[in-house]
Amino acid sequence: MSTQLQASRRTFLQAGGGLLLGFTLPGFGAEEQKRNEKPPEAAVGQATRNMTQESSGLEPNAFIRIDRAGAVTLIIHKVEMGQGTFTSLPMLLAEELEVDLAQVKLEQAPADNERYGDPLLGGQVTGGSTSIRASWKPLRQAGATARTMLVAAAAQQWQVEPSTCTARNGVITHQASGRTLNYGDVVDAAAKMRAPKDVPLKQPKDFKLIGKPLKRLDSPDKVNGQAVFGIDVRLPNMSVASVAITPVPGGKLQSADDKKALAVKGVRQVIKLDHAIAVLADHMGAAKQGLAAAAPTWNDGPNATLTTQTLVAGLRTASEKQGAVARNDGKAQEAIARAPRKVEAVYEMPYLAHATMEPMNCTVDLRSGLCELWVGTQVPALAQGIAAKLTGLPLDKVRVHNHYLGGGFGRRLEVDFIGLAVEFAKQARGPVKFIYSREEDIQHDMYRPYYLDRISAGLDDKSIPVAWFHRITGSSIMARFAPAAVQDGIDSDAVEGAKDQPYEIPNVRVEYVRHESPVATAFWRGVGATHNIWVVESFIDELAATAKQDPLVYRQQLLKNNPRMLAVLNLAAEKAGWSQPPRSVEGKRVGRGISVQFAFGSYMSQVADVSVSPEGEVQVHRVVCAVDCGQVINPDTVVAQMESGVNFGLSAALWNEITFEKGRVQQNNFTDYRVMRINEAPTIEVHIVKSNDAPGGVGEPGTSAIAPALTNAIFAATGKRLRKLPVAATSLKA
Amino acid sequence: MPALTVNGKSHSVDVAPDTPLLWALRDVIGLTGTKFGCGIAACGACTVHVDGQPMRSCVTPVQAVIGKQIVTIEAIEQDPVGRRVQAAWRELDVVQCGYCQSGQIMAATALLAATPRPSDADIDAAMAGNLCRCGTYGRIRSAIKRAAERT
Repeated sequence: MSTQLQASRRTFLQAGGGLLLGFTLPGFGAEEQKRNEKPPEAAVGQATRNMTQESSGLEPNAFIRIDRAGAVTLIIHKVEMGQGTFTSLPMLLAEELEVDLAQVKLEQAPADNERYGDPLLGGQVTGGSTSIRASWKPLRQAGATARTMLVAAAAQQWQVEPSTCTARNGVITHQASGRTLNYGDVVDAAAKMRAPKDVPLKQPKDFKLIGKPLKRLDSPDKVNGQAVFGIDVRLPNMSVASVAITPVPGGKLQSADDKKALAVKGVRQVIKLDHAIAVLADHMGAAKQGLAAAAPTWNDGPNATLTTQTLVAGLRTASEKQGAVARNDGKAQEAIARAPRKVEAVYEMPYLAHATMEPMNCTVDLRSGLCELWVGTQVPALAQGIAAKLTGLPLDKVRVHNHYLGGGFGRRLEVDFIGLAVEFAKQARGPVKFIYSREEDIQHDMYRPYYLDRISAGLDDKSIPVAWFHRITGSSIMARFAPAAVQDGIDSDAVEGAKDQPYEIPNVRVEYVRHESPVATAFWRGVGATHNIWVVESFIDELAATAKQDPLVYRQQLLKNNPRMLAVLNLAAEKAGWSQPPRSVEGKRVGRGISVQFAFGSYMSQVADVSVSPEGEVQVHRVVCAVDCGQVINPDTVVAQMESGVNFGLSAALWNEITFEKGRVQQNNFTDYRVMRINEAPTIEVHIVKSNDAPGGVGEPGTSAIAPALTNAIFAATGKRLRKLPVAATSLKA
Repeated sequence: MPALTVNGKSHSVDVAPDTPLLWALRDVIGLTGTKFGCGIAACGACTVHVDGQPMRSCVTPVQAVIGKQIVTIEAIEQDPVGRRVQAAWRELDVVQCGYCQSGQIMAATALLAATPRPSDADIDAAMAGNLCRCGTYGRIRSAIKRAAERT
């Protein structure tokens, strides 16, 4: 893998003095390809390319700028949505550039698929827990190359050999004479040099920043109200708009009382589309009041009778047919039929909303020949593409100003809300900030699909599985987002974590049945793994129970040839005190459950301790998480992401579901889409395995591993096997 | 035109008297550190102090706070307790996406002002109305205790 560096006269001039280095984040190397399969979100990048009609090239796709004062700017191609990229990515650069982390300033990359595409994802996308995996080598190589050029420039000035000079904290020192120059002093000279190739990188033992728990760079602005999220943008003469969209998919706006809306103090304009209405005002208070006064009514259209019951019945029927075959080792069905013992089950997972704390919003200023967007998005180039398509403007006349994201979780991989804002803006007078109310945000999310899984296994006379059959039925996110990514009927996301289930079983067959409905579905934190790990890890627990074996021991024997998997499993069990019973809680049933997974390039095991009241209320007391994510960049970020992932996954597993009645989403706000609170959150202990293997992702695996640990613990406490989420949908009364 | 005293300064705001304080702060005065999350006092992202008490600005009409001292996240560092809370938040790297954290800090500051040595139960009671979708609760609890130690 090589880093292409360019420091042309042209880019130098554009930088207004100083050194501007463009470098290419290259394609995924064979070595990594083997270790980490290309994630399903790779298709998102492809979709972005399709939308923007851009081709991939060897143009520089990331930039660092060092000015004459020595200030380093990383034009960052990834977005910050809480996962810590705005700290961990500059750490990679600073490590090799030999500058203090505080010296690196960040600038959000503009929308540009060609320049800022992610090699792992194939487009300008932040998702799939890939930011570190994709940047690990190229950002260090960029730093090392820039440092080498700066040192060479200083050496040239001193007329000494570069090898006699060292760089540290942005200062170059000639060891023999003690002379020093700051980076800023030599940037102009360095900019005239050719970038060297294949500069060696540090050995892990020499890391000064990588592997250290450095403080987040975005923390100060996020504790004093200065951090600017998309929703915080303010422009001169801007209106603020409240939006209502047809409550039934495919419905139309029937009527709205413009006059009443315009009579509300502060209301400026009412804009009606075929399926939505916006009221523009001086401020959001007036806009919301105006929208209430407009009292829109809807023609519900063909989906007026849609209910969860009929949606699930459709999935159930579809699941009875054979699906596309994702994996076929041996002869699973025949082996199950012949086995002394057969276990089978149906698992169901509900539609889920993302419910980011910052509701969907987008600010648009559409003037003649120019469209500017202010937004927080995981896909800046896709945002640019949809605005160009809807306005008819060329891409370079659409400018995307990206911001901090008040939560992403996959919701901001979608541009539906951006497209809607642009449609409204075509009729608006002046710039407008469009904001979804919380109710609109929950009712017009694009949901994690409802999945119905049929799973069965054949056990031999020692109760060891000899065959495994898993058929997944659900809608295909890929088929909508990136049809080309669905090959031979297999949506790679829908089968992630199932196709590659880790247990050593001679006969394995995994099938996928695509079944669509009018409900729009999308990626959700943990994507395919969040669904399949729950099913696989619940079912293996069922097999252990059938075999009357300890769930830990049962897993150990089926993972004996998978050392990294086994290591996290044993570490989590040891730290959780698996050999001791869980602490008793007076008047409650207690239980402990375990899960293990390989997803997003990281190995993980979680152990959950729960108690269940006689009324059936579940409390999670403690979660122990062991993670092997290869080389750790910032251990505190890894811990934070595990804590975050666990709590996020617990809210969903315990309580969350989106349901439909008369075509409408029945949930409205945090009152009926319950998010975990501080008094409900468990103690979470994270144990990181030391490793110098290539880094794995950490943003999502914490979420995908927790649901099975939870429901396995509930089984241990109550004897009740939960095959349908959320937990709250099943009575656990004693 | 109602006049509001925010962070020690008087602001005339041309809004209807029943307008939620949140929108007067964000859209009229331009203090965007206070966040919109739910609009029904169910998440705490909009928490500000009114005469020292934590209030959900998304359901507090402007007319109810005329003549009162309103403090937002932008001025909390001028409060010695608020400053300690912010320092603890930075030291323990509480934030992730950060969107709810203005409200968390305002709620935590009000808690510590009233109860300088809060128990876990006190923290639960004061903070249970502040949702964090990134699940930073463990660090919020630790940071409140850290700030309390410095009193």
